[in-house]
Amino acid sequence: MKKKLNPYAGAMAPYTLWAALFILVPLAFIAYYAFTDNDFRFTTEHFVRFFTAKSTITEGGVDREVYTYLLIFWRSLKLAIISTAICLLLGYPVAYIMSRAQEQTQKLLMTLIMIPMWMNFLIRTYAWMTILQDKGIFNNLIGLLNLGPVHIIGTETAVIIGMVYDYFPYMVLPLYSIMAKMDEKLLEAARDLGCGSLSVLRRVVFPLSLPGVISGITMVLIPSISTFYISQKLGNGKFFLIGDAIEGQYVANNLHFAAAMAFILMVILLAAMTLVKYITTRYVYGGEQ
Amino acid sequence: MDKIIELKNITKAFDGETVLDGINLYICDNEFITLLGPSGCGKTTLLRIIGGFAQPDSGDVIFMGKQINDLPPHKRNVNTVFQKYALFPHLNVYENVAFPLREKKVPKAEIHEKVTEMLKLVMLSGFENRRVTSLSGGQQQRVAIARALISHPRVLLLDEPLGALDLKLRKDMQQELKKIQKSTGITFIFVTHDQEEALSMSDTIVVMAEGKIQQIGTPTDIYNEPKNAFVADFIGESNIVDGIMLEDYRVKFAGHVFQCLDAGFGKNEAVDVVVRPEDVDIVPADQGQFQGTVTSVTFMGVHNEIIVDIQGFKWMIQTTESVGEGEYIGLRLDPDAIHIMKKSKYSGMFGDYSSFSSELDELSDPNSEEEA
Repeated sequence: MKKKLNPYAGAMAPYTLWAALFILVPLAFIAYYAFTDNDFRFTTEHFVRFFTAKSTITEGGVDREVYTYLLIFWRSLKLAIISTAICLLLGYPVAYIMSRAQEQTQKLLMTLIMIPMWMNFLIRTYAWMTILQDKGIFNNLIGLLNLGPVHIIGTETAVIIGMVYDYFPYMVLPLYSIMAKMDEKLLEAARDLGCGSLSVLRRVVFPLSLPGVISGITMVLIPSISTFYISQKLGNGKFFLIGDAIEGQYVANNLHFAAAMAFILMVILLAAMTLVKYITTRYVYGGEQ
Repeated sequence: MDKIIELKNITKAFDGETVLDGINLYICDNEFITLLGPSGCGKTTLLRIIGGFAQPDSGDVIFMGKQINDLPPHKRNVNTVFQKYALFPHLNVYENVAFPLREKKVPKAEIHEKVTEMLKLVMLSGFENRRVTSLSGGQQQRVAIARALISHPRVLLLDEPLGALDLKLRKDMQQELKKIQKSTGITFIFVTHDQEEALSMSDTIVVMAEGKIQQIGTPTDIYNEPKNAFVADFIGESNIVDGIMLEDYRVKFAGHVFQCLDAGFGKNEAVDVVVRPEDVDIVPADQGQFQGTVTSVTFMGVHNEIIVDIQGFKWMIQTTESVGEGEYIGLRLDPDAIHIMKKSKYSGMFGDYSSFSSELDELSDPNSEEEA
C-alpha cells in the first residue's frame, strides 16, 4: 500500500526548517546557557542569584536593602502594565470609531496610525527626549499658557509616554481588525432588543472584541516588559528595567546570567498569557472554544 | 380593527436614488401582513423605517397614534427577526433568548420561567446550553424568533426570515410562524419576494414595485383581482392581453366578444385582460370561442402546461387534458375567468409567454428579423 503524502508537506518544509533554525534552536541555546556556568557545567546558581541577590539603595537619605533583580523585574512589570493599560484605554475607542467610519476615513486613520512606525525606533525615542526636556518643546508650549514648567524627563512618566507612543499601533491594529469584521447586524439586533449605545458596547461589542483585546495586550505587554532602550534615554538611566539588566549582563559578557534572566522572563510571560487565555475562554465564551 | 402602525406619505432616497416614493399604509393590530415585491422594490427599507434603523426623508411613522420618526430602535415596542438571524455568537441559546430581559433587569427567576416558555414555544426545549454556532439554520431561526418575541413586542418585523432555509423546512416554518402569530396575538410584518409564501401565510398582502405600493388586499383579492399587469404577473402565472371594453360586462379580445363580470369602464376603453392559465377550458376547435395552435407541452405532474399560439400571442394554459404539439384546438372562457384591469405603465411588459416556446430560438437567432 502506498503511503499518502500530504501534498503540502513539500511546501511546508522550508518554513519548518526556518522555524526550527531560528526559533527552536535559539530557545534551546538560551535554556542551555541559563542552566550552565562559564565552564558549561550544570548549575542553578543564576536562578538563585536572580531571586536572592540584594543591594542597598538610598531613598531620601535612608538606606534600604532590596532584592536587586526582583525589584527591577517588578518595576518592569509595573511600567509595562501601566503602558499597556493606557494603550488599551486610548486604543479601544480609536479602533472602534475607525471600524465604524466610512471606508475612506478608515484608510486615512489607518495611515495616520502607521506613519510613526515608518520612522526608526531610535529616532522616535530621541525625538521624545527633545520634546520632554526641562527646556524642551512641551514645556515651552505649556509655558505659553502660563503653565509649568514640569519636570518629566528622567521620570517614570517619561518612560511610560515613550512606551505608549511606540507600542500604540500594536494595540490598535488587532483591535481594529477584529472590530471591522464584526457584523453590523449584531449591533442592530442589540439595539432592536432594547440596548442603548453604552449597552451595545458593553454587552455585544466588548465581548466580541475580546480576542482583539487579548492579542493587543500580548503585542504591547511583551515588548514593553522587555524593553530597554526607552528607559535608558527617557528615564535618564535611573529606571533600570529587566531589559536593561539583560542587556547589561550581555554586554559585560556574562552570557549565562543574561540567558537565565531571559529564560525566567519568558516562562513568566508564557504562564501569564496562558492564564489570561484560560480565564477569557472559560468565563467569557462559556468554556468551549 | 385598531390601526397599530400608520405610514403617511413616506419617501426615502439613497444617494439621490428614490427607494420609497409616497408610501401610505396602515397596519392593523393582530394581523399578519406581508410586504411582497421583487428585490430592490423598497420593502426592506420600509421594514427598517418601521424598526427605527432608517429615517424617512419625509412623511410620518405613527405608532399607536404617536409620531415616532426619530425614536431609536431600542425605545420602540417593535422587534425584528433579521434575515441571517444575527444571533450573538458569544452567548448560548439561553442567553440569546434572555438578552432583552437582562437589559430590562428582570429578576432571574422570571427570566428563567420566560426563556423556558419561549424555547418550548419554538420547540427548542433542551437546547438551553448549546452554542448558537452549533445549531442548524432552522434551529437558529427559532432562536431568533424566541429572542424577538420574549419581551412581547406589539409588532414583530420579519425580514425574509425563511430565505436561507431549504424548501421542506421553509414550508414547515411557514405553518409554524402562522401558528405562533395566532397564539401570541402579535402583529407580524413579514417581508418576502416569494409570492407563494405570501399567499399561504398572510391576512393582508402589500405588493410593492419600484418604491411604490401597487396593491393592498387579502391573498384572494390579490390573486383574483390584480390591479395592474405587474401584480397579475408577479402573483402566479397570468396571460395578459390587450382588450377593448365595449360596454359594461362585454369585452373584446383575441378576436371574440366575451361576457365578463367587470363594469365601470368607459365605452370602448382599452384595457388589460387577465386570464389565469388554469381557467381556460380546452374543447374541439369548432366548439371554441377562439382557437389556437399548441406550440409546446410540458408535463408538470398534476397538469400539463401548454403554450398556445393565438393570433400571434402566446398563452399559457394549464390543463389535465392531453393534447399534442401542433394540434389546433378550441378554447372557452367562463365570465368569471376573465379579469379586466385599467391600463397602467406596466401594460405590455408582462403576460406574454413567447419566451416559453420554440420562438425563444427564433428570438435569439441573429439571422431572423431585426427587432422593431
